[in-house]
Amino acid sequence: MTESPWLLVLGANSDMAIATAKRYAQAGFNLYLASRNLEECEKNATDIRLRYQVEVQSFKFDAQDFISHADFYASLVVRPQGVVLAFGFMADQKVAQNDFALVKAMIDINYTGAVSILEIIAADFEQRQSGFIVGISSVAGDRGRMSNYIYGSTKAAFSNYLAGLRHRLIQSSVSVLTIKPGFVATKMTADLDLPAKLTAKPEQVANTIFKAVEEKKSTVYVKPIWRLIMLIIVHLPNLVFHKTKM
Amino acid sequence: MKLSGWGRFPVVDSWALGYNHQTWWSESFIATGNHRSYGDAALAPVHLPILPRNRLIAFNEQSGLLTCEAGILLSEIIEMFLPRGWFLAVTPGTKLISVGGAVASDVHGKNHHIQGCFSEFVESFKLVVPNNQTKTCSRIDNPDLFYATCGGMGLTGIITQVSFYLKPVKSQWIEQTTIKTANLKHTFEAFEQYQDSPYSVAWIDCLASGESLGRSLLMVGDFAQDGDLDYQAKNNLTIPMDFPSFVLNSLSVKVFNSLYYGKAKKGESQQRLGIDAFFYPLDAINDWNRIYGKHGFVQFQFILPKAVSFDGLEVMLKRISQSGMGSFLAVLKLYGAENQNWLSFPMGGYSLALDFKMQSGLVTFIRELTDLVVQLGGRVYLAKDALLTREQFEQSYPKVEQFRALRKDMRLDAHFQSLLSQRLGL
Repeated sequence: MTESPWLLVLGANSDMAIATAKRYAQAGFNLYLASRNLEECEKNATDIRLRYQVEVQSFKFDAQDFISHADFYASLVVRPQGVVLAFGFMADQKVAQNDFALVKAMIDINYTGAVSILEIIAADFEQRQSGFIVGISSVAGDRGRMSNYIYGSTKAAFSNYLAGLRHRLIQSSVSVLTIKPGFVATKMTADLDLPAKLTAKPEQVANTIFKAVEEKKSTVYVKPIWRLIMLIIVHLPNLVFHKTKM
Repeated sequence: MKLSGWGRFPVVDSWALGYNHQTWWSESFIATGNHRSYGDAALAPVHLPILPRNRLIAFNEQSGLLTCEAGILLSEIIEMFLPRGWFLAVTPGTKLISVGGAVASDVHGKNHHIQGCFSEFVESFKLVVPNNQTKTCSRIDNPDLFYATCGGMGLTGIITQVSFYLKPVKSQWIEQTTIKTANLKHTFEAFEQYQDSPYSVAWIDCLASGESLGRSLLMVGDFAQDGDLDYQAKNNLTIPMDFPSFVLNSLSVKVFNSLYYGKAKKGESQQRLGIDAFFYPLDAINDWNRIYGKHGFVQFQFILPKAVSFDGLEVMLKRISQSGMGSFLAVLKLYGAENQNWLSFPMGGYSLALDFKMQSGLVTFIRELTDLVVQLGGRVYLAKDALLTREQFEQSYPKVEQFRALRKDMRLDAHFQSLLSQRLGL
């Protein structure tokens, strides 16, 4: 009997990450859950262990603590077959415009931190000639808009990074998937009135990821309508675009 | 957002509190689960959705003690634990309710006559009371809060975590015996005859009259001793839209009743059913409440003390039959003794549950029926109710003053309010 494969989930406490971890546990994967909040992470690990009877280990992981990343990855006893990068940070645009610490945190977490850990993992997967990498990016990265461009630019950089990584690793049979969720109904957005047709449930994000990995897709919008919406927004001429407030 | 109970009557505009408890204490609200209580128990201008808190915390493979957050649904527990040989010790007729809701309504099921309510299997729970104090409640720690909260309709705090026992089973199959009875007397005799059977419930033809008044199908059963545990939840049918009101008139209900009753074999017959078909027949149809049309329906469930059950039910059934208001589902059941909880519904006796489509004259009719129930020493189930008056409530729930005093003492009344609590003066 071959041993069950392991999945590494970075930023494991978000609703999307939890749902994705559960989807893989359901498929028989063991899990490494890594998050800044270890206490919360351990609670999620217990839940998944009891539900799916797979092995789940939790780790403290801080995306901004770049120098710790190599040791963290080396500490995983069994190399994971896949990684889902789900951490991210979004500060309110208006607040961030007056507070560079928030801007820097967004860049450090969403871009620098992501590149730091994924380069380490990519090197390992490339050498092993197998594995899959999933990056949760954002539709906000498709075009800079006044309401959200600082966060959006970090996600644009991240999407661009994933595209290049995909190009590099394709020869090594390692797949790289970029996920753009759009609105997601999570416990953090429970009190917001999000438009139902544009809003995905975390479980939907999880299923989309699972299927897209199996099919070795490159970039997937969880709700297909977002692809259309962003296509339009990206191609709006400035003459029109600049008159909008989005 | 618009919010209503499962009966879709009444409807209220409500906004949801966020996950973060710092926002909770500035106004009154009610914690809500899966919105399966029928009336206004989980309705308020502000509500706190509990479903996002749905983690398992611990499971003892020896004792069956499960500890979980309160937002987990019974259906999830079944999917996870039935394949491992465990099932809910007490389950209501829908599995689409949260564990927190099961405690708050102190739900019961087909085995009430032997096992009692859901709370009998609750070891302890965590309750968040004003200003983020967490109280652990059991029969030993904070017993008053325990007995007030089980059946307390969410009015004593936010149930965040529950420890309760599952029961071991050997099969995912139920061996069922169906007994076709000719009238109410016969139905009662059959209940008595089968009172040692772990699960029992009767579907009663409410519209039958004369000599057939009270004719029923009594279904009794237990888990099979052999068989497999390879349980998988099935995909459901969905009612895609509100049915037009005329679909469910008294004639069509009568026809439905006749067919349902008519298809059962005479005397006794045996069946082997899956747990979904046995415990949760209506869960197989998503949004089945839409068949009553957009005005919704009222479910009316009452219980009468055993000594007056037969005569009382005869009178009630006659009046329902005469009214022609049409009840799609009528469920009769023999209950066991009542528990110590302050507002739990069950008592030793017979309970009848019926659905009425919302229609003119219904409110008055139900209030009249309720008067009769109260006069006979019975009561109405709060988890299904939207019409009980304060007077009727006070006459039928003897521990109400204790409940009010506790709410006042702990300042719970200022923070936890629902349309139900306001209607009943809780």
